Amino acid sequence: MLGKTAGGLFWMSRYLERAENTARLLETGQRMALTRTQNSVEEWGSVLKTAGVLDEYLTKYEEVTRDNAVDWVLRDADNSSSVKSVIKQARVNARLVRTALTHDVWNAVNATWMKIDAATKRRVNERDLPGILELVRQQAALVRGATLGTMLRNDMFDFTRIGTFVERADNTGRILDVKYYVLLPTAFAVGSSLDNIQWESILRSVGAGGGYRITHGQKTTPSDIAQFLILDQRMPRSLHFCCRKLQENLSYLKKDYGFSGPSCEASTALYEKYLDQPIADIFDFGLHEYIQDFLNDLSSLSRQIEIDYRFYE
Amino acid sequence: MNEYFDEMFEGDGSLRGPFEEIGRWFNAEDASRLRSKQREAEEVFRLTGITFNVYGKAEAEERLIPFDIVPRVISAREWQRLERGIEQRVRAINAFLHDIYHRQEIVRAGRVPAAMIAENVAFLPQMLGVSPPGQVYTHIVGIDLVRTGPDEFYVLEDNARTPSGVSYMLENRETMLKMFPELFSATNVRNVSDYPRNLRRSLAACAPNCAEGEPTVAVLTPGIYNSAYYEHAFLADQMAVELVEGHDLRVVDGRVCMRTTRGYRPIDVLYRRVDDDFLDPLNFNPDSALGVPGILDVYRAGGITIANAPGTGIADDKAIYSYMPEIVEFYTGEKPLLKNVPTWKCSDPEALSYVLDNLSELVVKEVHGSGGYGMLIGPTASKKEIAAFRDKLKSRPANYIAQPTLSLSTVPIFTRSGLAPRHVDLRPFVLVSPDGIKITPGGLTRVALKKGSLVVNSSQGGGTKDTWVLED
Repeated sequence: MLGKTAGGLFWMSRYLERAENTARLLETGQRMALTRTQNSVEEWGSVLKTAGVLDEYLTKYEEVTRDNAVDWVLRDADNSSSVKSVIKQARVNARLVRTALTHDVWNAVNATWMKIDAATKRRVNERDLPGILELVRQQAALVRGATLGTMLRNDMFDFTRIGTFVERADNTGRILDVKYYVLLPTAFAVGSSLDNIQWESILRSVGAGGGYRITHGQKTTPSDIAQFLILDQRMPRSLHFCCRKLQENLSYLKKDYGFSGPSCEASTALYEKYLDQPIADIFDFGLHEYIQDFLNDLSSLSRQIEIDYRFYE
Repeated sequence: MNEYFDEMFEGDGSLRGPFEEIGRWFNAEDASRLRSKQREAEEVFRLTGITFNVYGKAEAEERLIPFDIVPRVISAREWQRLERGIEQRVRAINAFLHDIYHRQEIVRAGRVPAAMIAENVAFLPQMLGVSPPGQVYTHIVGIDLVRTGPDEFYVLEDNARTPSGVSYMLENRETMLKMFPELFSATNVRNVSDYPRNLRRSLAACAPNCAEGEPTVAVLTPGIYNSAYYEHAFLADQMAVELVEGHDLRVVDGRVCMRTTRGYRPIDVLYRRVDDDFLDPLNFNPDSALGVPGILDVYRAGGITIANAPGTGIADDKAIYSYMPEIVEFYTGEKPLLKNVPTWKCSDPEALSYVLDNLSELVVKEVHGSGGYGMLIGPTASKKEIAAFRDKLKSRPANYIAQPTLSLSTVPIFTRSGLAPRHVDLRPFVLVSPDGIKITPGGLTRVALKKGSLVVNSSQGGGTKDTWVLED
């Protein structure tokens, strides 16, 4: 398999995962802005910050408004991380690796781009936004279904999964960091029970409200939420889950190829350093610092994977 | 009496033999169902991404080549004749190429002027003395044919470099099979779907001696923004080989290798869809980012087979075209079975003055043009266009050839108001290997969708049809 193809599969999956997560972030932002009586601007600011696009946004607009924030995050071509931009990039990568995709996966990716492109030709008004965000999630589910249902479980599949979980771990980490950081001062202490729907927005942003209730019941505490998003082994968007998948897929590659690069060990090190400890230790260390360090190490791991498997020249 | 030969209907409106089944089917069909089928076909094409990029347009612009649902039918007898003619011509082209890059007997015999070769930009001196494996120069050829009467076929152009369109031939058939299975149960249409298997087999049969075991084949594409990228990906996929770009390749230990996730692996046969000029920045265009530095040196040393061989353009050049009847005779000792269109080479002053006097009746083409760009069709051009072309012709006569405007045959397309005749051409695809020549029955039929238009190129608003060759 060509190194370029491995890179194309990796990036296609990363972009699709980012599209889905960004859409969910927008959904949450919209909901929070509606349920909050004042200062929805702050909410949109935090959406921009979580998506990692606040600085670029401010080069185009002077202040944060709902309409501009939604447009920037959803469809602005100047924002390389907008939902529309990343879906386009996913399709470009899919075209690049077309010979490695099954008919079903290609059709799903291509249809995703065609539908989102058609739905976002113009600025999207408030009434149409929920439908479009739902479309993004549905299409992402379609691509995932086609991938799981039709692709051979070989190295191509491994690179697809690696891309997905690198991106997902990154996105969950960012959401936790920004939201938690913004909200923490309002809580008396991390162990206290909170009667604040704001906290639920964190869970909602990663589509984990239901899973959380099954695991922890109705009581939401900052500690439980952090535990759930970082250390829960069954929650498919937790850092723990994502890192374990990364480790697994890299070890499949090792077995398949009969060799491994530094990335394989680095994935084990990442797991041991960050996920093999109780949540209390993480709070003692400082959640913000913990997540920043994690995101840095994750990004180094990602770069190492690109080198080990010769994505580029 | 029709001005043009229609392949489906006789002058009195009755159906010609090969189209009887199609005609009956069409008459029994409901027009609205056919219209919805037509839309369905387009949806399939769009979703599958069977698109081409238009040069000079924004990168994002991918267009569909319109597909018409009325097949073009060729009888077994007609096809047999074409097949013999095509095979003869392709043999001659390969013999000509071998000769041109070795002893140049045909020049010594005075049948082709030396200047026609030596001064031709398509002639590659780097290929002199090089013998590709199996002496195959043109592994893949597309011969463009037009028809003007019941038994009148002309070769309009030989495509001996990197002919494209075969994916449309295959996808058109797949689409028809999906939409109208009942049609195929009622008629005996020859299969085309084994083309990718035959292509791989042909390419593998030309592997260099250094190949170990099953030869490694790869398709070289200029990249996703190339107009035929879909086809490159399609063929690589169907042949189960890698689709590579220049930056995936490098020369390692005298072999051309591709960068895989496990390291560099040698390629034995490279089916390149990149023009000669861009193939090797060290040996040709130094600015090319599409090729592989040093690939030509590896090739000359027998470390890789390049298909088609570099320098095959000397055989399909529009100026050489006029010598094809002599070329066929010289190498096969037979009269050419397929006709050539009479051609005036404007480099010749007498021919030029004739062409200038008769511009409104002639088709004038650039010697190195393709895709229907930069040509004049006298009978349909405006006075202003003709005047502008006259100036271009006078300033660079050697850049042009002229041909009479042929009365291209028509095949009906399905329009809002029913069947309507449109002009067509045909590009059969030919595979050459040491084991012989294989021609897929049929080929790509291109159709000028605009009423009266004679330009079938997709870049100029042409469409395609499924092409049927009937079993005996």
